[in-house]
Amino acid sequence: MLTETGGVPLLVMRDLVIEASGAGRPQRIVDGIDLELHAGEVLGLIGESGAGKSTIGLAALGYVRPGCRFAGGTIHFNGQNLLDLPPQHRRALRGTRIAYVAQSATASFNPAHRLIDQAVETATRQAGMGRRQAEQEARELFARLALPDPDRIGERFPHELSGGQLQRVMIAMAMICRPDLIVFDEPTTALDVTTQVEILACVRDVVEAFGTAAIYITHDLAVVTQLAHRIVVLRHGRIVEEAPTRAMLAAPRETYTRSLWAVRKIRKAPEPDHGAALLELAGVGASYGSVPVLRDVSLTVGKGRTVALVGESGSGKSTLARVVAGLLPPTAGRVLLQGGGLPGRLRDRSRDELRRVQLIHQSPDAALNPHHSIRETIGRPLQLYNGLKGAARAARLYELMALVELKPELLDRLPNALSGGQKQRVCIARALAADPELLICDEVTSALDQVVQADILAMLQRLQKELGLSCLFITHDIATVRAIADEVVVMRHGAVVESGPRDTVLEAPSDAYTRLLLSCVPDVDPDWLTRLLQQRAIPGDMHDAL
Amino acid sequence: MTGIAALRTAPLSARIGLAIVATYLFCLLFAPLVAPYGETEIVGGPWAGGFWDPAAEGPATLLGTDHLGRDVLSRLIYGARNSIMLALLTTTLSFLTGTTLGLLAAVRGGLIDQALSRLVDLVMAFPTLIFALLVLAVAGSTLPVLIGVIALLDATRVFRIARAVAMDVAAQDFVEVARLRGEGTGWIMRREILPNIVVPLATEFGLRFCFVFLFIATLSFIGLGIQPPTADWGSMVRENAAAISFGILMPLFPAGAIALLTIGINLVIDWAAAGNHGLSDER
Repeated sequence: MLTETGGVPLLVMRDLVIEASGAGRPQRIVDGIDLELHAGEVLGLIGESGAGKSTIGLAALGYVRPGCRFAGGTIHFNGQNLLDLPPQHRRALRGTRIAYVAQSATASFNPAHRLIDQAVETATRQAGMGRRQAEQEARELFARLALPDPDRIGERFPHELSGGQLQRVMIAMAMICRPDLIVFDEPTTALDVTTQVEILACVRDVVEAFGTAAIYITHDLAVVTQLAHRIVVLRHGRIVEEAPTRAMLAAPRETYTRSLWAVRKIRKAPEPDHGAALLELAGVGASYGSVPVLRDVSLTVGKGRTVALVGESGSGKSTLARVVAGLLPPTAGRVLLQGGGLPGRLRDRSRDELRRVQLIHQSPDAALNPHHSIRETIGRPLQLYNGLKGAARAARLYELMALVELKPELLDRLPNALSGGQKQRVCIARALAADPELLICDEVTSALDQVVQADILAMLQRLQKELGLSCLFITHDIATVRAIADEVVVMRHGAVVESGPRDTVLEAPSDAYTRLLLSCVPDVDPDWLTRLLQQRAIPGDMHDAL
Repeated sequence: MTGIAALRTAPLSARIGLAIVATYLFCLLFAPLVAPYGETEIVGGPWAGGFWDPAAEGPATLLGTDHLGRDVLSRLIYGARNSIMLALLTTTLSFLTGTTLGLLAAVRGGLIDQALSRLVDLVMAFPTLIFALLVLAVAGSTLPVLIGVIALLDATRVFRIARAVAMDVAAQDFVEVARLRGEGTGWIMRREILPNIVVPLATEFGLRFCFVFLFIATLSFIGLGIQPPTADWGSMVRENAAAISFGILMPLFPAGAIALLTIGINLVIDWAAAGNHGLSDER
């Protein structure tokens, strides 16, 4: 842990202002930020999307995205104001003294070059390191970051590695010149929880080993508490609160900071099981072309209950949703809705069968036609299924808007005039307009900020109670499962590994994979990662068990 | 309104383009009022007069007379009517066909997409001019045949564009939502996808219009397009091509008229495509 505080700080931002020149007048996306970072210190930047976290992270490299500009303030790195330096000097610092690790490693590597060539590029071209020495250095880092076969992995191309492995190569690439400062921009956001743990351990290991200062950007409080000595909470380009990690967790001063915990606090009171099944899947199999993605999946969703479908990416949970919705015909097994078989193909389903099952997508931006007003969007199912017109339709529209807690004035807007949370509420209203019996929610809160997530989940809970809906809720987030589910089904490689009541599965999992999955979900506790790694170091840990 | 506001902020190039197009439109609509002489009226000797030759005998003609002694300016003005209206009609027809089939292929996919796409590949495999010449030679060079042939040939290009942009939109979740709701193909094409591809299609319309226009001029130049004595810029160039060897400027005027309109339309399209001004859709 950090102890030294004396001496000149490594990085100092004073009253930093960055403007984006959009249509019309420039908009301040970073508005008067003061930051200090000492050598060897890890600073966590946290906030929702649009808070200016990434912009500040890039500003630490003396860089702004195209369309933005530094409109005021200073950024001193090692006593030099980066903003006064000529561009070529700034560029010389990047990669050598200040390094950057991007969110999507998959998108950041050039697919046409071998990894080793990309890893040593900055070292040989900017830092004047010899090719042989740089490669040796890279291999040592690969080994340190626990990449498989570190001596030869560099000869591979980016597409031959998994997302987590690529992220580690990118960290090695950033460390190769032993920079004074690394900016990590959400390096684990696109990864599954089990992979996330490994990356977090890597990041902490290298940063401590080389005494590198780091800025760690994330929207996940639990993640940042594992790494950061100090946390800065950002909102609308300003600092809301700044405190050492433990102090902030123990006593957050601002309401906004407390709201970042919001989703984790919701707990659903278990719904009594009425015994009546609404949706039944028996031995369902499905495949894309000749690739099987679902094998012998059976599950039951009771009337008025919520079943959470949990798993990592590629586990087949979204495919299952598509099968139930009728978008992908199953190759085996049966799908029963209230005892009656649902045809596998969409076009074989009757209008009433379509009405009874409604799917809500993950991204509300993509699920709303940008050219249809909210009135058209929600009104269409009313007209199609119930033949509502004129005043009756308008009355029902107002009812639905009230149900999803939206102002009726929004009815005549287009989707682009709404926020992400509002758009998702519109999507929910559109599904409710059909008067469904089963709602399939495919990661409906994943694209939203924490605070908005909490609101949407609370609303879904209320709606379910009021309308007696059954819900198949697909998610990879355990906090969301706690908030919404009565029952949990865990999937892996297209098959169900465990299912049961929520508390049984979450508190006393019987399957090894479920235990691994749950153990990888970070807690808002600075000692969580340390404890987890200690447990794993014990022989016979869960990785071996699998 | 917004259109007028957009005009005020339009760059110079767009204003020039709009001025050119407006002038042509004016001539097109009010040809009998604007033209000093009739379309086929013989006013003097062949290739005589013009502003560069104030001493010439006969009635005053700004751009001189053609090989039969008809007023070039009047024929240019009447020609605008024929050339532009024909191109407009043909392009509209080709867009109706191409967009409808393109959307159908994108939405239905599978066999329908394969059949339509291969058919289009087949038609596109023939060089356009040769194909047009063949059909016109067999079926005779009448106006309906001319329009039909060019519209068909052009519709293949429109099909490709419409299908490509519609495919992108058809992959979006909101189209999936519409399918799940049980909407028919027609609704998905018209209500879900079409509004989202209007901008690229409109841009393409402008470009295609110029191509069609030039194509008709080409056909007229080789004698298969609009038939005399009807005035048309392409045939005017052909009829008077020989004059060039005598140092007479006359054939350059219809050629220039074609070039100027093409430039004008492209200036307007560039502006419209860059800012989507004048088109209501912004994504």
